[in-house]
Amino acid sequence: MNMATLARDASAQRQGRESGDAVATAETVEIAFRNFQFYYGKYHALKNINLDIYKRRVTAFIGPSGCGKSTLLRTMNRMYDLYPEQRAEGELLFNGQNMIASNVDLNDLRARVGMVFQKPTPFPMSIYDNIAFGVRLHERLTKSELDDRVEWALQKAALWGEVKDKLGQSGMSLSGGQQQRLCIARGIAVKPHVLLLDEPTSALDPISTLRIEELVHDLKKDFTIVIVTHNMQQAARVSDFTAYMYLGELIEFGVTETLFVNPKRRETEDYITGRFG
Amino acid sequence: MNLSRKRKLINKFALTLSLAAMSFGLFWLIWILFTTLQLGVSGLSLDLFTKMTPPPGAAEGGLANAIAGSFILVGLATLIGTPIGILAGVFLAEYGAGSWLAGATRFINDILLSAPSIVIGLFIYAFYVSQVGNFSGISGVVALALIVVPVVVRTTENMLLLVPNSLREAAFALGAQQYQVITQVTLQASKSGIITGILLAVARIAGETAPLLFTALSNQFWSTDLNKPMANLPVTIFKFAMSPFTDWQELAWAGVLLITIGVLALNIIARTLFRNEIQR
Repeated sequence: MNMATLARDASAQRQGRESGDAVATAETVEIAFRNFQFYYGKYHALKNINLDIYKRRVTAFIGPSGCGKSTLLRTMNRMYDLYPEQRAEGELLFNGQNMIASNVDLNDLRARVGMVFQKPTPFPMSIYDNIAFGVRLHERLTKSELDDRVEWALQKAALWGEVKDKLGQSGMSLSGGQQQRLCIARGIAVKPHVLLLDEPTSALDPISTLRIEELVHDLKKDFTIVIVTHNMQQAARVSDFTAYMYLGELIEFGVTETLFVNPKRRETEDYITGRFG
Repeated sequence: MNLSRKRKLINKFALTLSLAAMSFGLFWLIWILFTTLQLGVSGLSLDLFTKMTPPPGAAEGGLANAIAGSFILVGLATLIGTPIGILAGVFLAEYGAGSWLAGATRFINDILLSAPSIVIGLFIYAFYVSQVGNFSGISGVVALALIVVPVVVRTTENMLLLVPNSLREAAFALGAQQYQVITQVTLQASKSGIITGILLAVARIAGETAPLLFTALSNQFWSTDLNKPMANLPVTIFKFAMSPFTDWQELAWAGVLLITIGVLALNIIARTLFRNEIQR
């Protein structure tokens, strides 16, 4: 086999993966956007989004500021419901059910979709209660079951070793990176299917960032993860799939490696090569 | 060169002016505190806390009934005014934020906040005291509670608005209901600020005289009956200080010193509470 055939094989594979609507047929779809629109008052912020989020994979949303990537992320747990002037149209399918319908039980949805924010948001209570807060909202557990769940969540978030002797201390006493892992632990303690990360490392130092990225890699064994990031290297490092957005539109979606190495659209290439954005 | 010299001169001038203004304010404050201490300290004794207010010329007497009355009036007024104030503040900052009802409530609350306390006293006099036909402790409690409410509403709302919205979103994102977010997260986060506001409200009503003149009035004897006139420090001080009897005047100064120390202590507690929270 010579180099030419190798290259042709690789490109044929890529073609196969990218053809049609589905990117990779072997994947299971967890969340699907169909003709999805979003409005801030009169402003049309997301235009006709069609996108599949795959189960137990990391999907990254990239794009310049104001492109709608955070907006898109925040529709998946219907955060916009808190703000009366914001509304969505179209379909946001979760196991075939349209989540933007008005009869959806929001508590149920939010138990299935956890979220971590840009800045760490520990609650003004002990480390233990921070984790137990969400669990208590959805389940009646005995003291020892709750203890186990708190330990499990902190283990998963790679924080147990650092806090196991001070569970009674305030969550605010931790460092920024620890606080962010506490928030991740809090999110996964309710055992969601999906974890939404909204620029989770933008307020952290490089070491803490690295730990969160390693954590994301471990967590995808159990959870579907969607991450919004400004940092293209981060998207390339942690994600399996990447969506490039611009001005409220989904420009390109594909396997991360392909999208970064061989983007189909000119706009995507301009953005990832730094010619724009 | 010239420009920089001019700037430095202006700087010196501004510094001198602000220092002068500060000294002017401090001068009077220290004078007031010094006089209070000087004239009040001689009246401080155990009798002050154990004996009743005396008739003029009596050999001995104290302020026991006035002190107890003040505690009852201020305590009950705080007990009634604080929950109402906190609930209204929660409505303004959380449930009603942005609604016309919240806007109207906030506006009315601000008017109440700046209303002269004598107006509140007269209001209770007209609507309760004159109808019932006698001065009473309970009418004093209501008048003082009406002063507590707007202060607590304002501080509760302001403290809740200081809580970052991301904290609310984080709690909602876990599937919490609004009342759970408020009671378990936002009120917890603003607890020390709200307590500070309550303490400052207590400090404010502890020295209020005008509303009590029309409501609780005063009582020479020991009485804890809320339907009878009730002794209290501010009105007793007013009465005794205006009298020609030196023993009454001395008791009045002792009473002034007591209130000053009490209010000062409340302010210091409030400040340390708030500062500790901010450092944490």
